[in-house]
Amino acid sequence: MVGIVSYGTYIPKYRIRLADIAMAWKKDPGEVVGSLGIEEKSVPGIDEDAVTIALEAARSALHGELVEALFVGSESHPYAVNPTSTIVGELLGIGNNYLAADLEFACKAATAGMQAIAGLVAANHIKYGLTIGTDTAQSKPHDILEYTSAAAGAAYLLGRENVSAELIAYTSYSSDTPDFWRRDGIRYPTHAGRFTGEPAYFTHVLGAARDLLQKTGMKAENIDYCVFHMPNARFPRDAARRLGFTSDQLAPSLTVDAIGNPYSASSMLGLAAVLDVAKPKQKIFMVSYGSGAGSDAFLWETTGNIKRHQPSVKKQIQNKTYIDYVGYLKQTHKI
Amino acid sequence: MNIYVIGAATTRFGELWGISPRTLAREAVVGALKDANLEARDVNALFVGNMLSGMLGGQEHLGAFFAEELGFSVPAFKVEGACASGALALHNAINSVLAGLYETVVVLGVEKMTDHKPEDVATALMGAGSEAERLAGATFPGLYALLARAHMQEFGTTEEEMAAVAVKNHYHASLNPNAQFKSILTVEKVMHSSRVADPLKLLDCSPISDGASAVIVSRNKGIQIVASVVATDTLGLAERKSLTELKATREAGQNAYKKAGVSSHDVDLAEVHDCFTIAEILAMEDLGFCKKGEAVRTIGKSGKPVINPSGGLKGCGHPVGATGIKQVVELVDQLRGRAGARQVTKARVGLAHNVGGSGATAVVHILIC
Repeated sequence: MVGIVSYGTYIPKYRIRLADIAMAWKKDPGEVVGSLGIEEKSVPGIDEDAVTIALEAARSALHGELVEALFVGSESHPYAVNPTSTIVGELLGIGNNYLAADLEFACKAATAGMQAIAGLVAANHIKYGLTIGTDTAQSKPHDILEYTSAAAGAAYLLGRENVSAELIAYTSYSSDTPDFWRRDGIRYPTHAGRFTGEPAYFTHVLGAARDLLQKTGMKAENIDYCVFHMPNARFPRDAARRLGFTSDQLAPSLTVDAIGNPYSASSMLGLAAVLDVAKPKQKIFMVSYGSGAGSDAFLWETTGNIKRHQPSVKKQIQNKTYIDYVGYLKQTHKI
Repeated sequence: MNIYVIGAATTRFGELWGISPRTLAREAVVGALKDANLEARDVNALFVGNMLSGMLGGQEHLGAFFAEELGFSVPAFKVEGACASGALALHNAINSVLAGLYETVVVLGVEKMTDHKPEDVATALMGAGSEAERLAGATFPGLYALLARAHMQEFGTTEEEMAAVAVKNHYHASLNPNAQFKSILTVEKVMHSSRVADPLKLLDCSPISDGASAVIVSRNKGIQIVASVVATDTLGLAERKSLTELKATREAGQNAYKKAGVSSHDVDLAEVHDCFTIAEILAMEDLGFCKKGEAVRTIGKSGKPVINPSGGLKGCGHPVGATGIKQVVELVDQLRGRAGARQVTKARVGLAHNVGGSGATAVVHILIC
């Protein structure tokens, strides 16, 4: 069987309250928090970036395995040309005999890596491959995205031996849908307002999800947990409801409520939060979303031997210290 | 006047992301031609009402653009007057037939706004205001908020009374298959919606919408247009004589009643320009349906005229250039007795009121059957 051998996550400890951002812009904090459903988000330290976060997440996922492929998915790679993956590979000490690739596809970069590495493992071309989703998401001050763009990383080691969660099936749904983009050389992304909802997020998430349910002949009630990409607190809840999942099935994955949206790490962090609490032989349904647009959907089943990651996602969420808006501007390099 | 609407049709209004302006125009015009039992070759001229095609779409030359799209090789014109573009296009079309230049004229109102960020649309719409208002950073909710404040100060109008306009228009819209919003509102929901420009809240404001409507006018018998009147006032609010009335509406209304040989008491239904709830209140007063300051007492009560049976701009949607034509389509449907669940009983005299900017242009049409 092919599946997740082990996983690791990293959430920077800094938090900014959405109310503090709202007050800086003279907006009603109650209204902002109420409409987004999020109270605070994670902020990278001044010396943290997608590379350092990827490294922190990956370190705790490796236990001496021979990694033969390393993919890093992000929309905040520090270089337009120069691989994040080999910097991380070098610092992980995995030698030189590995395939390295940097991936980009808005928030679903790393889940594309999951499918690709699963293929290499299934074909017996490699024994172990590591995919990492990592972001220090950037947003323009005063833009609505400023309230939710966060930072975190999640790493997954896939292989055939000592599997914690088997990959049962996967699907993808892709189209040319310009809901959110950033031109080369431009600092902040642009988004298409309400268009990012139904024609973008929901069309692709539900598209990939329904395809996967059909492919596996499963219904929501036969599955134990679900995870969806979390751009805000409302979309994943809507998606879950529309597919027939209950709020209990969704609840453990909702890292967005505590730390906001860490883009390429979002659904992967949600999956980790579920793996932290899942029992053996439980099914987990996971759908990522990347603007532009596409969704990757996965059905996992935990084995009798889940290698749980320490510290857990919950512990990392609780390990926090608050900063103010000025500190936020400094740490995200706006001033 | 020897001029009639012989065909009328509208698309639905809403966030029509998957539908292009070409398709919207075709749907409306083909619908109107079918309604009139005409073919493309019967058309002698095309007037297009639209405001934002240039600023948002990079395309200005809409007369030729839509003439080509619709397969008309005829004289074609883009007419612009901010949110009154539709009615102004109709006014010009009417004049061209009355002048004997053309016999059968298509008037198309079309707007595509939802493909852009609200901030960009709000900025583009300020092309309807004065330079000073733009430099001051005002947007239309802000300008109408000033009018609301003035009305509240002078007449004691309350936010709840303004909210009642939105509630009524959403109820009408729920009966209109083409309306953007079908949801029923309550005063409480309006009061709890987010502040946009105090005292105006989200649900006091008409939405950003896509849509197209078309009518065909000629000297052949149909629903008669008995008045088509335009009036203007200063571009900016700061130069107005009063902030509690829209003088352009009052003038256009009075001249229209005179031309039509009717009074405000004869009007059975009126499609008025409720870009914001306060705008409907001002329209009811300035068109003579109630005394100044007293419009709020009649909102939601039964009686003539029925205001905005289509749902108005608030409930039906407001694709800027299309609204003025949609209003006339609604009047035509009502006067023909084909308005279904929202039919106004014994509808004989209908009035359409279309405003550009914060009242710089007002156009009033009166139709009779």
